[in-house]
Amino acid sequence: VTRAAWRDAVRRFGHGGLAFIFVGCAFWALVLIVLPTLLMVDQAFRPYLPRSEWGGPKDIYTARNLVAAVGEPLNQIIFLKTIWASVLVTVLALVNAYPLSFILVRGGRAAWIGAIMIGLLIPFWVNDILKAFAWQILLARFGPINNLLIAVGVLAEPYPFLNLDVGVIVGLIYAYLLFMLFPLYSAMESLDPNQLDAARDLGAPGWRIHWDIVVPHAKPGIASGCIVTFMLAAGSFAVPQILGGTRSLWVTQLIYNQFDAINWNLGAAYGLALVVLCLVFVLTMMSVFRVSLRDIAR
Amino acid sequence: MTAPGRLGRAIVVFYLVVFFVYMFLPLVYMMAVAFNDTRIPTLNPWRGFTLRWFVVMWEDTRMWESVWKSVVIAVWVIVLSVPLGLAGALLMTRLQVAGKPFVYAVLVSPVLTPGIIIGLSTLIFWDTTFDIGGRWHLSVLGQSSFISAYCMLLFMARLQRFDPTLEEAALDLGATPLKMFWTVTLPYMRPAVLSAVALSFFQSFENYNTTVFTIGNDLTFTMFIVGKVRKGVQPDTNALAFVLVVATIAGGIIYEVVRRREVRQAEVRARAAMRAGEAVAIAPAAAR
Repeated sequence: VTRAAWRDAVRRFGHGGLAFIFVGCAFWALVLIVLPTLLMVDQAFRPYLPRSEWGGPKDIYTARNLVAAVGEPLNQIIFLKTIWASVLVTVLALVNAYPLSFILVRGGRAAWIGAIMIGLLIPFWVNDILKAFAWQILLARFGPINNLLIAVGVLAEPYPFLNLDVGVIVGLIYAYLLFMLFPLYSAMESLDPNQLDAARDLGAPGWRIHWDIVVPHAKPGIASGCIVTFMLAAGSFAVPQILGGTRSLWVTQLIYNQFDAINWNLGAAYGLALVVLCLVFVLTMMSVFRVSLRDIAR
Repeated sequence: MTAPGRLGRAIVVFYLVVFFVYMFLPLVYMMAVAFNDTRIPTLNPWRGFTLRWFVVMWEDTRMWESVWKSVVIAVWVIVLSVPLGLAGALLMTRLQVAGKPFVYAVLVSPVLTPGIIIGLSTLIFWDTTFDIGGRWHLSVLGQSSFISAYCMLLFMARLQRFDPTLEEAALDLGATPLKMFWTVTLPYMRPAVLSAVALSFFQSFENYNTTVFTIGNDLTFTMFIVGKVRKGVQPDTNALAFVLVVATIAGGIIYEVVRRREVRQAEVRARAAMRAGEAVAIAPAAAR
């Protein structure tokens, strides 16, 4: 910090204003973010002990919790399931949102496009708990989807969607699809239609227009849409709680169950594993699409 | 735009219709069940129109208590998050300090962290270091860590188009920093502040993942709904869902209308201020 810049800052904000800015940011960064995260990591590496034995001879750093969290075969299945299902949700959301936002962007400034985007805000704003509830009704044992499939002759008897992963995945796609659509749409909106027309006039086939023009242009939107959708799916708690059963546990439920059982140390280890998983995904997406944090957090 | 073929057009329209039906039908079905005079949440069979589920829903005192708790939490989140977001945005856009990219990464990291991890780490931190167990106060702190980031991003977007010479002018004319902030910066920020307050309220009110870990034995509205949905026995839950979806739509429309008017007014004010400035600048020259 140069002295001139500092003097200018004091003149502009006053000592009180600067104190507000620095104390506020320090409180937020340290007390609300950094220290809780460090404490969680710290607890993940300590054994589960009653409060009276904290700091005692048994309170040593150990990797036992992490080994238990990641080493247990049942947990491994749940972790892998959460990853592949979240990737599946992300890919399906992208496959649907990409043509949709392209259609909406190409539709031009027609009034009905505006109406559609405002209309889509409604399901976008509705809480994922209610969205999961809507699918709980639809997928119920004697609900409309089972009734329909039986009436058509696809099923002979009701299919237990709600106790299997398929129910959770259906609900996750429905709950988070629009979180892919909106970033994609806003990235494509700034696309110059002349560029597309020029490519077409020069004889480029449709797939080349997309691969060489639309996709590169929409890259920040694709990246942030994928990251947000994946994070929401992998970190979802209400949707698997409502649409899943005991046979379709999600990582988040694994963490919560440890908290219910008051073994916070093991819960923290599960949590740490989930954070690392999400971090790896975010960093991979950022380097594959060459986008920065600023492009994503908007 | 080159005209797509008739078939291509038909496919596009069909796709849009299917997508809309997919997005809305589950919600409509869920809401319609609220009016069916049946004991299980279904439309089939239809046993006649009734409003009794709304009465059952309305008379649940536990629900009202949970709503009140959520409102209290949301108000405290606003009180904490809007100033913190403002402090962060001012630091990021207006001050030259070392390590800004790093601080920025730390401050927006909660946005990219699963909500249950924020809840979990908040609980562990306050419980192990201060022996403060889960209660609604902790939910306020946990939620604020990421809601402040949303506020900061809103403020930053607005501040990036701010003309600092306006502040210069106020200071040159002898305003104290506080007076300058109050009369120049804050009026310019008004639409963003309004958005931040509304966003904070809704983000807090509908939060589940962070709350569920930090709340202890208190009950918030989202937890009340999840509890009801998981038991999932009576259509009074559908009545509640109906009210919530309608409230969501109404809230969205009101927010959008107010925000647009605010932005328009802010522009009018800015233009008026500029004209006044020109008049002041021209006046001495004319007097000469």
